[in-house]
Amino acid sequence: MHREDFPLLNEDIIYFDNGATTLKPKCVIAKTVEYYEKYGANAHRGDYDISYKASEEYENTRELVKKFINARHLEEIIFTAGATESLNLVVLGFFKKFLEADDEVLITKAEHASNVLPWFNLVKTNGIKVNYIPLDDNHYVTLDNLKKVITPHTKVISLAYITNVLGDMRPIKEIVEFAHQNNIFVVVDAAQSIGHIKTDVQALDVDFLAFSAHKMCGPTGVGVLYGKKELLEELEPLILGGGMNESFDNENEVYYKELPARLEAGTPNVAGVIAFGEAIKYLEDIGLENIENYEKQLRKYLVDKLIDIPHIDLINIESDSGIVSFNVSDIFSQDVAYYLNKYNICVRAGSHCAKILKKETNVKNSVRVSLYFYNTFEEIDELVDLLTDKDKILKEML
Amino acid sequence: MDEDLRREILLDNYQNPKNKETVNDERYLKVNSNNESCIDNIDIFCLYEDGIIKDIKFDGEACAISTSSTSIMIKNLIGKTKEEAEYYIQNFENMVNEEEYNEDILNEGLAYSEIYKQSNRKHCALLPYIGIKKILEKLEK
Repeated sequence: MHREDFPLLNEDIIYFDNGATTLKPKCVIAKTVEYYEKYGANAHRGDYDISYKASEEYENTRELVKKFINARHLEEIIFTAGATESLNLVVLGFFKKFLEADDEVLITKAEHASNVLPWFNLVKTNGIKVNYIPLDDNHYVTLDNLKKVITPHTKVISLAYITNVLGDMRPIKEIVEFAHQNNIFVVVDAAQSIGHIKTDVQALDVDFLAFSAHKMCGPTGVGVLYGKKELLEELEPLILGGGMNESFDNENEVYYKELPARLEAGTPNVAGVIAFGEAIKYLEDIGLENIENYEKQLRKYLVDKLIDIPHIDLINIESDSGIVSFNVSDIFSQDVAYYLNKYNICVRAGSHCAKILKKETNVKNSVRVSLYFYNTFEEIDELVDLLTDKDKILKEML
Repeated sequence: MDEDLRREILLDNYQNPKNKETVNDERYLKVNSNNESCIDNIDIFCLYEDGIIKDIKFDGEACAISTSSTSIMIKNLIGKTKEEAEYYIQNFENMVNEEEYNEDILNEGLAYSEIYKQSNRKHCALLPYIGIKKILEKLEK
């Protein structure tokens, strides 16, 4: 769908690494250029027209994000550099303030490094414990398994909405409902879900939600931290400087601005945020439901073909998203990726930043195909053709 | 080198690497070698006695180029003095980096003489050399 919107697709490549980043449509690229050419001034400063225009466009994206995820208040949308920064901000700016020794945080072994390492940091600084919700046979999180590991010390559950290696979707709404009954906060890493399924933070009732623009057709270097207003009010800024202070005279008289400015110190990625607005409008025009349904068809088509190839070991036969991870037996995943690259097919090989996942799946590295709406059934045919002959892979990977 | 022969050497050393086992022997010096840009990760174990590299073993997970290169490097370095080993390493690195080298001493290492054409795989061929050089440096101290 909509392939004509993506200049990179004219370059004779098959792009299957959408879990890493998505391609950018013309409208997003054009908006970036428009900012630099027409009103490339700083935002929130200067009493002149082009700065005013830049500020207006910048804040317009905040409005678009608010509607996109159905936040209640505008100041619940904080722009960051990406999901990683958003997660660090909430862990180190909020939870570091409140968590105490022996408080427990629940994650899983399928989480991305950015939803693991900040919590590990609090183990050292605050003496918290990080525990893992056991995954079921399909590597899914279930409410039953969650209930088994909840203790009176559990204070936070922090989970990806959709995971980046296995592509499973977590029952976030049910988890939040149960968590809140037990006074537990829920943090959601929505990096892999945000451009693929509809997100409604009020319906989900999550406390914090993090995502990146570049995984939803937007520019790199822009992300969002959503937080409930009353919680963000308590979040201590990690970066101090211009744009976030109201006034200061000496070290005892420093006054910060209100949300969201308080958490956006320094000149932000003005061009990126403005172009991100176009990406949101673009995806909404296509419709998240259409994207989700089409991806499911693509995935089923791919899995049905791969499952018949004897030397392909599928890691996630079942999954809710467009992510398919597999290995070619006895061939290192990176060699498979190099081989496919010779045919201009872009896939990812490795542990995909989920380095403790191997303890669950017994698979350390894998080849990952992550699909998006501009992929086609014909592209999948080409991939499958290349994977069918193992001798060809062995011969040509070197 | 003939293309088929080159491929045969690489594939044989990848699928049946020599000296691939973990060592639990305190006489061996151990280093880890990994590529920041990829997922190759190998441990190298070296036994150096009486001025001679008596044995080298390696273990870990790495791609075909890294694994075969490690296997070939080890075969070529066992039995050498430190200086001889350094000479071999220098010439192998020169070859990969398109500088002048002595092709008479590299043996199967010559299978990587055209790896420079795939710049993203040069670091795979050089991976074990990073590790073994760390071990040789330790010997000086």
